[in-house]
Amino acid sequence: MQFMLLFSRQGKLRLQKWYVPLSDKEKKKITRELVQTVLARKPKMCSFLEWRDLKIVYKRYASLYFCCAIEDQDNELITLEIIHRYVELLDKYFGSVCELDIIFNFEKAYFILDEFLLGGEAQETSKKNVLKAIEQADLLQEVRLGGGLFFLGFNSFH
Amino acid sequence: MPAPIRLRELIRTIRTARTQAEEREMIQKESAAIRSSFREEDNTYRCRNVAKLLYMHMLGYPAHFGQLECLKLIASQKFTDKRIGYLGAMLLLDERQDVHLLMTNCIKNDLNHSTQYVQGLALCTLGCMGSSEMCRDLAGEVEKLLKTSNSYLRKKAALCAVHVIRKVPELMEMFLPATKNLLSEKNHGVLHTSVVLLTEMCERSPDMLSHFRKNEKLVPQLVRILKNLIMSGYSPEHDVSGISDPFLQVRILRLLRILGKGDDDSSEAMNDILAQVATNTETSKNVGNAILYETVLTIMDIKSESGLRVLAINILGRFLLNNDKNIRYVALTSLLKTVQTDHNAVQRHRSTIVDCLKDLDVSIKRRAMELSFALVNGNNIRGMMKELLYFLDSCDPEFKADCASGIFLAAEKYAPSKRWHIDTIMRVLTTAGSYVRDDCVPNLIQLITNSVEMHAYTVQRLYKALLDDISQQPFVQVSSWCIGEYGDLLVSGQCEEEDPIQVTEDEVLDVLEGLLASNLSSPVTRGYALTAVMKLSTRLSSVNRIKKVVSIYGSSIDVELQQRAVEYNALFKKYDHMRCALLERMPIMEKAAANGPTETVQTNGEAEPAGLEPKHPPTIIQPANQANDLLDLLGGNDVVPVISTAPAMKPASAGGELLDLLGGLSLSAPTPAPPIPMSQPPFLLDGLSSQPLFNDIATGIPPMTAYNKNGLKIDFTFERSNTNPNIAIITIHAANSTEAEMTNFVFQAAVPKTFQLQLLSPSSSIIPALNQGPVTQVIKVLNPQKQQLRMRIKLTYNHKGSPVQDLAEVNNFPPQSWQ
Repeated sequence: MQFMLLFSRQGKLRLQKWYVPLSDKEKKKITRELVQTVLARKPKMCSFLEWRDLKIVYKRYASLYFCCAIEDQDNELITLEIIHRYVELLDKYFGSVCELDIIFNFEKAYFILDEFLLGGEAQETSKKNVLKAIEQADLLQEVRLGGGLFFLGFNSFH
Repeated sequence: MPAPIRLRELIRTIRTARTQAEEREMIQKESAAIRSSFREEDNTYRCRNVAKLLYMHMLGYPAHFGQLECLKLIASQKFTDKRIGYLGAMLLLDERQDVHLLMTNCIKNDLNHSTQYVQGLALCTLGCMGSSEMCRDLAGEVEKLLKTSNSYLRKKAALCAVHVIRKVPELMEMFLPATKNLLSEKNHGVLHTSVVLLTEMCERSPDMLSHFRKNEKLVPQLVRILKNLIMSGYSPEHDVSGISDPFLQVRILRLLRILGKGDDDSSEAMNDILAQVATNTETSKNVGNAILYETVLTIMDIKSESGLRVLAINILGRFLLNNDKNIRYVALTSLLKTVQTDHNAVQRHRSTIVDCLKDLDVSIKRRAMELSFALVNGNNIRGMMKELLYFLDSCDPEFKADCASGIFLAAEKYAPSKRWHIDTIMRVLTTAGSYVRDDCVPNLIQLITNSVEMHAYTVQRLYKALLDDISQQPFVQVSSWCIGEYGDLLVSGQCEEEDPIQVTEDEVLDVLEGLLASNLSSPVTRGYALTAVMKLSTRLSSVNRIKKVVSIYGSSIDVELQQRAVEYNALFKKYDHMRCALLERMPIMEKAAANGPTETVQTNGEAEPAGLEPKHPPTIIQPANQANDLLDLLGGNDVVPVISTAPAMKPASAGGELLDLLGGLSLSAPTPAPPIPMSQPPFLLDGLSSQPLFNDIATGIPPMTAYNKNGLKIDFTFERSNTNPNIAIITIHAANSTEAEMTNFVFQAAVPKTFQLQLLSPSSSIIPALNQGPVTQVIKVLNPQKQQLRMRIKLTYNHKGSPVQDLAEVNNFPPQSWQ
């Protein structure tokens, strides 16, 4: 996978994960164009489209579009499953996830994504294992590493 | 100073903004607060501030001033800090900035941290955005972690290694030992990432590929794992709609594809498991179909037995009937890939594919169109063409150009009759006439010219259609050309194919004049129309009217039109005796080898091949005696006569001006003008293209000496044409080493039949003495069949008062000049 974008039906970006090195300007340009293209698609159309030299796989869940750019040799149908798995993970973590959860907890959405995918490929195919790892990592936020307890309070920067 | 506001509060505040300006204001205020907080080097709230910055960055606002702060967070001992710090690094830093290198040390430390979740953060960041320098520095650490027994870290290390290899391919070797027992892991995460790593290595290096095939016996291991996945009972942890770990299955199938490609033994070893997966996988959900899709791709790519291939194509056929449009799309894409190799099998699904032309989805329609064209053959042409023409009528504009071109190509290859062919062309021109590509127009004209018995029918039908609509330029161009050429047939009312219509000469001229005057006509179209009017002067009797029209346009603002009109006027006034000959009916045109598909023997599944045999080049006959005429020497039929363009000295006589006239007509028009025979379009068009004809960069074809006698030395230098790889451009350099100059120098050349030759004007007809400045001349050779180039040359010149003439054969052309 080269990148994954999450955006609302109004075209507002909610998450962007890039697995290829691009300048900020290029990322903005790609995002703008792709969001426009995907939002223009009618509901009856299929989830795949060719864009530049990439294959775009997208799926809408409620008010959010999940959009992945994959390479020629990647399997489109399994990418749909990857997207679905990510949504399931978010759903389990937040409990019936909705767009607002992702807006207010965007950093958590990233953490979950980074436990599921690494460098654009799935690192863990068990839902249970991904969620367990996140849980454990969250617990660590309450401790100072390397000895000495110092409770910061969970999500203190919120 | 009050504590910086919390992230949640910031988000809430910003979302209350009602306008873009209001939002910008809030952001700017908060940015300023964050900046000053950074300046105070506050450790407590750094994490909070960076998190807010990341939010603002996502909204599209600048956040570069937070980059260094991310690095400080990464170096912190608090896990929360590290988490946000690494996230910030992945979002704000990229490898173009030197700043990111400062991370390297932190990452190195964290890779060795006592807490696996910290190690995980480091591996993730490195594997996501590590630059080549970072990868070089840290590859050793990654390799170490690849060998750990901790599966949480091992799986991450594997994907991190994939990234390292992509960035620094030379480091691939280093990870080889660690891959030894990756596949004996039970943990699915490790298995999945290991397969990805092995795939990366095999794709990158053929040596690795054969190593894994032969030494590691990867195929049996993969087959075993796949088998277990399919056969094992329900495993809740990895189950997706009744299928056990589809992600792993798909990756294994992909790796098997790479291992089996081109290798008989490997392909055989995986045959059974592929058949098993293909037949046993549940197809009711997307998951199962994803696995089937990957299986089909693998079967088609390896050396599978025919039974398996048929099974694969049938799966695709079933996909085409699936309700899910995604599945249909994927099926069409795959069928397009296999249509060349397994043509007959795909043909069986032709009707389903044609139905997909009516699908609502644009991508599916396009695929179906491409596939339909690939499946057209002599047997199904009528039926297929009906569907394709219907598609052309109703499809979106973005398809029309491609569809029209495809229809023309298919019609040309498989037309059952000339009339059908002409009808089809006209149907396309009238329904999608403005989308037809410009280069189709000359092809169509050529086709029509060569269908001699259909001329009357063609011009009549085109004329009728023209009366209805003159807006579609390519159509109008073809029509006006035909009217100009066959207007006499139109007026005389001879038509065998259908009832002839009554048309008077004035009506015909009205139509053409209408085209000339209309705003809808492009300049090119007007050019066609004017020439058509002119041609009618020898075919119809209303010569006076034509003269009037032509003279009016002599003062047209359009330079092209003006030039044509002036020249035609001149034709009326001064060269009337030549007019008939010049405007004669066009002869049948030789199809230029470069334009059409002469070498494809693609049969598209027909019973006997329709193939075109490549012509065997005739051998050049060695003459016993020397005669004057070069052609006689080589036995007339075998040689294409050379066409020299205007000689170096332009004589002031009428003949010279006539050449100018023709020269003006042929070379100035952007589209080919009729008077010059079209048997050499590549050359004419070459001359007209705006690209430089010659490669500026030396192509590396060595020069050669073609002739060296009596003080006259002729060298050939070579270049390839930019516009057509079958054309070699030879520049001759004629040098004179004697003390007397050689005057009236004429260089002539002849080549075997399969070539075409064009000579341009020489730089001079006088070769100065004592090698002072050679005379150069350019020869262009079209060699579509890549035959060995040979040439016979004839030289005539005056030396020291007496005429000299010589003949020579040039056989020592370097292979690169004709291959």
